Formats: sequence, C-alpha cells, structure tokens
Amino acid sequence: MADIHVMRDDLLPPAPTERRHLLSIADLSRDDVQRLLATARSFARSLEREMKKLPTLRGRTVVNMFYESSTRTSSSFELAAKRLSADTMSIKASGSSVDKGESLKDTALTLGAYDPDVIVIRHPQIGAAQFVARVTRAHVVNAGDGKHQHPTQALLDLYTLQEEFGRLEGLHVAIVGDVLHSRVARSLIQALGLMDARVTLVAPPPLLPRDVEAMGCETSTEIEAIGAADIVYVLRMQRERMQEGANYVPSLREYTARWGVTPERLRPGQKIMHPGPMNRGVEIDPRVADAADALIETQVRAGLVTRMAVLYDLLTTGPVGVKAAQLTEVA
Amino acid sequence: MLYSKAAPGENLIIRGARVLDPSEGVDALLDVRIDGGSIAELGARLDPNAHRVIDAEGLTLAPAFVDPHVHLRTPGREDEETIGSGTQAAAAGGYCAILAMPNTDPVVDSAAVLGSLVEAAETEAEIPVGFLAAITKGQAGAELTGMGELADAGAAGFTDDGQPITAPALMRRALQYGAVTGRPLAVHCEEPTLSRDGQMHEGAVSAELGFTGYPSVAESLMVERDLSLAAYERRPIHVLHVSARESVDAVRAAQAAGVEATAEVAPHHLCLTDEAVRSLDANVKMNPPLRGASDRAALIDGLRDGTIQAIATDHAPHARHEKEVPFEAAPFGVTGVETSFAALYTHLVEPGLISLETLLTRMSSGPAAVYGMSAPRIAAGEPANLVLLDLAASRRIEESAFKSRSANSWLLGERVTGKVRLTVAAGRVVYGG
Repeated sequence: MADIHVMRDDLLPPAPTERRHLLSIADLSRDDVQRLLATARSFARSLEREMKKLPTLRGRTVVNMFYESSTRTSSSFELAAKRLSADTMSIKASGSSVDKGESLKDTALTLGAYDPDVIVIRHPQIGAAQFVARVTRAHVVNAGDGKHQHPTQALLDLYTLQEEFGRLEGLHVAIVGDVLHSRVARSLIQALGLMDARVTLVAPPPLLPRDVEAMGCETSTEIEAIGAADIVYVLRMQRERMQEGANYVPSLREYTARWGVTPERLRPGQKIMHPGPMNRGVEIDPRVADAADALIETQVRAGLVTRMAVLYDLLTTGPVGVKAAQLTEVA
Repeated sequence: MLYSKAAPGENLIIRGARVLDPSEGVDALLDVRIDGGSIAELGARLDPNAHRVIDAEGLTLAPAFVDPHVHLRTPGREDEETIGSGTQAAAAGGYCAILAMPNTDPVVDSAAVLGSLVEAAETEAEIPVGFLAAITKGQAGAELTGMGELADAGAAGFTDDGQPITAPALMRRALQYGAVTGRPLAVHCEEPTLSRDGQMHEGAVSAELGFTGYPSVAESLMVERDLSLAAYERRPIHVLHVSARESVDAVRAAQAAGVEATAEVAPHHLCLTDEAVRSLDANVKMNPPLRGASDRAALIDGLRDGTIQAIATDHAPHARHEKEVPFEAAPFGVTGVETSFAALYTHLVEPGLISLETLLTRMSSGPAAVYGMSAPRIAAGEPANLVLLDLAASRRIEESAFKSRSANSWLLGERVTGKVRLTVAAGRVVYGG
C-alpha cells in the first residue's frame, strides 16, 4: 500500500488541453518533462510488484503503426499499453494495405475509424506523425519520423540519467557519431537543453549538420572532446541511411579508428549510453558496451515506464485523485 | 507569341481611380476611357457616352501584371490545371498575360505539342498566354530540341525549367544555337549532386528538423556557371526563380560586367524564410526551397535595385492527394497566380520594404521586357491591359475562392491586404466588373 501513496503524490494532473500529442520534444515545456518523468517513476515502482498490470487505461485503445523495423520501440509501446490495461493493435507496413500502395492518409483514416485513443506511429518520412495528427482524431505519439524526432527515446534517456545521477541540470553529455542522420540526437539535444544539461556533439565533419550549434550545443570533430563529459552517448552508425557513394566517411574502418568509443578513450567513471541497436566494433568497442559503466540495459527498462507515462499523460485529463483511487483498487 | 480566345474589345470608362503607371510617370486621380479595347483617353470627368462606367473611386488602377513563369500542367495533368482554369486564375490575380512552362507530359519539345497548345489557347485562354519550349528533348539534358522550328511555331522562349542542364558543353550549345531563334533562354539553376534528396534550405532549421539540405551553393554554383557561359558566348540569359543571396550577387556582378543577364524571383521567396518549414506543411515545400533571412533580404534588395527585373509566381498546381502526405513525401511547388499581389503588398509594401511603384513595375513591365513583350502601359492608344486594385481590402485566403483547379497555396488561412477588383486583358474585362 505504501507504493500507492507515493504514486498519488507523484501523479500530478496534466495540463488540460483539447487534444494533445507527443510529436516533438520542441513542443514540451520543462514542466511537461518533469511531470512525465515523475509519472514514469511511479510506474517503475508499480512494476516492482508481483501484479504488474494497472487498470488505468482499461477500455482505451492504442494503435501502433510501424512503417519501419523496430524491436525496442514497438515492443515497449505494446507492453506499456498492456501494462495499463489498454487494448492494443499493431499494424506493420509489410503484410498490410500499405503493401498494396495505400496512402498514409487512407491507412490513418481506416484505423481512425475504430476511434482509437492513441495512435503510435513510426515512419521513415519526416512529418508523418504531424500528418497523422492532422487527419485523425486520436492522440498521436511520434515513435520516430525519418531523421526528425524520436521524443520517447529522449524522454527515456532523461529518465535514465535522472535515475543514475539524481539530477539533469548541469550534466555534460557528449553525443558521438552520425548526428546528421539521427533523430535520436535531435530529440536528445532539445531535451537536454530544456533541462539545462550541456551537450557536445562529436562527429566527422560531414556527419555534423551545418549550423547545428543553433540548437544550443557545442560541436567537435575530435574524439578527445568526449573526455570532458559525464556521459558518452554513442549513436549507431546508420549504415542503412548511408547513400552509396555519398562519402560521409571514407570507410567504416576509418570511422572506427578515429571516432570509435574504446576503453582507452574514456575516463574512469564516465557513463555510456546507446539507443540501440549497436554495431559492436564499429561505433562502440564491445568492452565498452559490456562494461559496468554502460547504462544501455537501463535505457531499455526505462523505455517501458517512460512510454507508460506518455500514454497515461495523454489520456488523463481528469483529477488525479480519481486515478489514484483506481490504482488503489488494484492493489 | 501570345494566344487567347478571340473576343471583341470593350467600351468602358473606369471612373475616378488613382491611376498609377510608374513607367509612364502617371500618378493622378483620372477617368480612363477604353474604346474597342484600347485606351482612348485619360482625363477628368470624361463623358460616358454609351460606355459602361465602372466606379473606381478609392481604388488604384495600374498596368495589369505579366507572369513569366506558370505551370499550366497541360498536356498531361489536366486534373491539376488547364489552359482555361489557369488563365482564369491568372485573370483573378490581375494578370493580362502569362507564360507557361514546358515541363508537361509530354514535354513541349516539338512543334506538334506546341501547336496543340496554341490551338487550345485560342479557344480556352481567358487571357493571352505564351508557351515556352524545352531546350532539350524530353528535358533529358542530352539533345537540343528543334529550337528554330519551335520558335517559328510560336515558342515564347526556351527553358528546361524543373531540370538543370547539367553538362556545361550542352548549355554552351544552347546559348550558341539559341541565337538563331531570337528568343530568350531561361535557366533552372541547380547542381543536382549538391541538391540530391534535398527537402529544404540547408541551415539551422534543416539541422533541427533533420531534413536533407538543399544548400544555397547548389543554386549559386550553377548560376555562376551559366552566367560565365553567357558572358563567354556574349548571349543574353534569364535566371529563373533565384532564391539565394549568392545568386543575386552573381547576377548583379555579371550585369555590371556587361552580361545581358536578367532574373526573376517568386513571391514565396520574397515573403517567407525556411522558418516556415517548421510547420511541416507540404504547402511550403518548393524548388528552390525557402531560404534564410539574409537570402530573403538580398532578394528584396535585388528587386529594389533592379538586379531582379521580374516577379514570377512559379505557379505549380498539385493535386490534393499528392500534397496530403508527410512533408518529405510531398512534391515541390505551390500555387501563386491568384495571391501574388496581395501576398507581396502585405509582406513587402505595407511594412515598407519596397514601394508600391517598384512592386507594380516588377510585376508588369519588368517581366514583359525579359521576354521582349510590349509592356502594359496606361496611355492613349495602348491596348487596355489594366488592373484595378483595392489597397484597403483585407480578406482571409480561402480555398473555395480559387479559380485554379488546385489549392496548394502557402497562404491558405492567412489574412492579407490588397485585392484585385477588376482585370482588363487585351481590351476585355476578364475578371470582376
């Protein structure tokens, strides 16, 4: 029962607006982030119990539309919805009408006809989540749109950092690798900036977006720049996004030699994060990935509770006391 | 060179407007009498006789506009625009003449295709329309079209608009051979290996949104190349839709060095910057893309000092379903002929960035001169090509008001000032009245 009391204190009422979405970190305020992290923390406590399912979103429907392959994000959204007792439905691009050339609008309208409460969408094109938000009546969660945004990844990363360090303000995070093609980096730069953490991007010059400093971060093309950071956040070298002959880097071998994160390039005590999936031996040395200072598995666990918090937050507009009472019933 | 349906000129008196023709040095409250489609007299309190009188008190009468860059989508995409709908839309925008681009399906690269357009224009076109023909067959950038034959068949000029001519040697041949046609050569300047997959201007906004950038240098490098070739061949050249500061600088430098270079700019590049792309609205996606604030300032400067002679809408209609997709999947292009004056009056004249006189000149006599057309003038003896403007009228741009078959306008829902009340093209009232 003690858990539940803690939860009641932590579940702050979300700001009541008409129909809210989670499309971009740029749309969030500092208060929004703090509320989401607090909610995630209370869900983490609830998951420590034997009975892991909460009735909070009973009768609600969450539709997952995944137009790109995904393990972590799709599984954690599905499990998050189930842990909150929502009905879930998952649509993948292959094997659906998308294969028959159906437009995103028509697929969204078709699924929207079931009146889902939330549509979670992962799509290879920038603007897909905004587009679905415009054409349906559901709350939309962006689970990654092209190279643009991956806001729930950034939130779970903040959650991981908050749990590890007990604070976000003043932390120094070095983000290393293919920033140009990384939606994870874009969301994370904004999220860390919102919480007053310091960000240094470290990448080969062609993989640093032009004028990216305007996002409020520092940049370096030297791997030594990671030395000053509390956390080294390693990005995947996204080989599938590398156009043939684009010559961003001469070879993966040269990338690894100059920018690979190895034990020798780290200071003792520096924490390591990676959004997955990892290319061991390319952007990250296997010894670094498996070291005690790596928070990579923590990130995956954080993904579940953070996504529970996002779904809860979007669908909860009533007084928090009612929700807390529901939680009490289950206990 | 310009074609429209045959119709008798009208007898008309436009009463009490502020008559403003910067090229003629006219700015006075006058009546204008039109006899049989020609301007007969300007004066105070003209006798109406049997003429229809249009009360224009409080309104501004100016030379009608000329749009040197319109996509009429015919042949091939008549669902998006036709000669009829496009010229009606242009009439509603205050235009008395437009030029259509040849990147249709099929491409206007033979006298047969051009002939079919001329024939259609003679039955459908509400206002005079000219047709540019392609420089290369199929706009494939490999072989020159029959430029001489196309000129004889009525081509207003030559362009591969939508596609750059990537091979410098071919561009040089086009400049050399184009001399026999006596018609202007207009170039779409884009270095394709630098713009590849580019969705928007490369800069701080693309860095944040994650779009592959289409950098300014992808345009200006090609502008510089084509100006160099034009200088070397001592041939005139017209640069289509400049968007980058460096392109304006290059054109200005070439003009100073004696190259017969002209340039045009689109209303959206003059009114917006890449900040607008944050909306992820497919109706702010166009090629060349919206650029940065310093680019916009340079375009306005170029317009003011005459480096850029012409405002060209690059009216690019798209079917609704083609734009109702995520930004990244949407085709390039926005409509413009019906909104250009109001957009520019609201965004440039009202805030004091350019004068009304400059706007009128760059929308009328400027573009006419680029293509060797006679400029619309408000003077006795001239054919009546007039636009009556209400500079006080404010309205919200609504899709339902468009005469175009497409509605992919960046101004949808925006409140603008300045409305076309009446358009007279080639002596005939084609809008309002």
